[in-house]
Amino acid sequence: MELDELYQDIILDHYKNPHNFGEGEASCTNVELDNPVCGDHIKLMLLIDENDIIQDVKFTGSGCAISMASASIMTEEIKGKKVQEVRAIIEDVLGAMRGEKEADNLDEHGDLIALKGVMKFPVRVKCATLAWHAVRDGITKCEQEKK
Amino acid sequence: MSHINVDGKQLETLELFEVEEVRNDFPILKEKFSGPKNSVLPLVYLDNAATTQKPQQVLDAMQYYYRHQNANVHRAIHKLGERATAAYEDSRKRISRFINARSHREIVFTRGTTEAINLVAHSWGRKLIGRGDEILLSEMEHHSNLIPWQLLAKETGAVLRFIPFSRSNGTLQIGHLEEMINERTRLISVTHMSNVFGTINPVRGLIQKAHDHHIPVMLDGAQSVPHLPTDVQELDCDFLAFSGHKMCGPTGIGVLYGKEKLLEEMEPFQGGGEMIGSVWLDKATWNEVPHKFEAGTPDIAGAIGLAAAIDYLDRLGMERITLYEQKLTTYALSKMREISGMRIFGMAPFRGGVISFYLGKIHPHDMAQFLDSKGIAVRAGHHCAQPLMRKLEIPATTRASFYFYNTFSEIDFLIDNLKQALEYFGYGTG
Ligand SMILES: Cc1ncc(COP(=O)(O)O)c(C=O)c1O
Repeated sequence: MELDELYQDIILDHYKNPHNFGEGEASCTNVELDNPVCGDHIKLMLLIDENDIIQDVKFTGSGCAISMASASIMTEEIKGKKVQEVRAIIEDVLGAMRGEKEADNLDEHGDLIALKGVMKFPVRVKCATLAWHAVRDGITKCEQEKK
Repeated sequence: MSHINVDGKQLETLELFEVEEVRNDFPILKEKFSGPKNSVLPLVYLDNAATTQKPQQVLDAMQYYYRHQNANVHRAIHKLGERATAAYEDSRKRISRFINARSHREIVFTRGTTEAINLVAHSWGRKLIGRGDEILLSEMEHHSNLIPWQLLAKETGAVLRFIPFSRSNGTLQIGHLEEMINERTRLISVTHMSNVFGTINPVRGLIQKAHDHHIPVMLDGAQSVPHLPTDVQELDCDFLAFSGHKMCGPTGIGVLYGKEKLLEEMEPFQGGGEMIGSVWLDKATWNEVPHKFEAGTPDIAGAIGLAAAIDYLDRLGMERITLYEQKLTTYALSKMREISGMRIFGMAPFRGGVISFYLGKIHPHDMAQFLDSKGIAVRAGHHCAQPLMRKLEIPATTRASFYFYNTFSEIDFLIDNLKQALEYFGYGTG
């Protein structure tokens, strides 16, 4: 296993210049998640409009290159998409990371493909999935609060 | 040859051992990993604060036991049973001599440091601690010297208080001790050597002061006993806990040393076979110390392995081990401090070979991953000391920790790769 399979250029680019990093407007309670083993921390702000489209998403936090890059990639991926579609992508990512779903599902989703490298490093999977768990929790929260 | 000073004690000028010869005793140190482009990476094992490697002598002793001595202890009236019992009890005596206990009855076998501390919290604490009583710990404790006391406090209504450490260099602010002790203080339990900062705490002074107030002191020796000469009579600690696996012994075995008088007063820990005297359906009497605390079939092979580890350490000489590690650590610290962007947590004047650091903005997990790709094993995380990390306002550190089989060239290799990590993650020097 080569280190560069984990730290692909896409990952290092997102890590050094994270997209959608900072405080943002949110339509429901912000989600905060920790990975206590590594001390990774993420806070997610989701702005979902009345048509269930993710208008904006921002994140803050700190953590390793994998967790921060994964969060950055996640925000790029979901912005402008319908919640229903985003849910499917989340399940694809988390399923692939657990080894339960075809990882090739990630190929057509731009930078998401870079997360495939993490799968060869089982101890780092938790770093990569933190942001995806956060957005899953966030969407659920928003839906509950709407009711 | 040189002089060093540990906790106020001057070590003699000593001839050191040949580290390459020592390394030959450890088969695992010859392990190699495949690196990029068909390269071969030798193992550089710098995670010794977590666990240490085992010399052939320890592996042989355990195998010898299983091949020639295996039986249950204390109960069997047959030749193997006698051999097993003798080997197990000889191990207890060997350990007793190693830390200079007054008697082998003061040596209780446990699974490790964690179980030893839990034993004291349970068997001593539940009997002798009441509502409003105070237990004094420090802010730099491993979770295993914190959570057992939290559990006890929750159950009894006791209060935990904490001797602070200095954020600037990771030393215990022992000056606060006098004001923190009062008539409700029942026990002080602190680590002899920090597993994060490497700080060797001034426990002699602390124990003397505590004893002036008739307060017993427990030491967490998980990091100190493997690396420093330990004399419990000279230290005069009341309890001392340590783990076999951090001192070349096997996992699953550790020791609680306790002064006999204290052990006598204590209630049993777990119930079962071996810890009893006479048993009726509704009551039982307890075996004598230390057997009172050793319910069930113990880790016989583990105890024998630990005694073999102690033979090994003694043959090298604990003072030599300390001296060698001090040189290695001093060298590593001086080289690491030359790297720009390096933050080292723990710069106590008396310290052991545990170095926690943060380099540039590289997250410790990324650092450990990078070093692993070069064959270097270090640890990243909170090192089971979350309150300490919170006080430092960092999520984690990378930790390199040494033992007597590490070499100066391994340190050079580490330093070189720390610099490479800066390049790789794009926080290059300059
Ligand atoms: C200072 C300290 N105390 C206690 C422990 C716990 O030791 P064990 O896990 O062997 O019980 C450790 C080891 O991680 C330690 O470094």
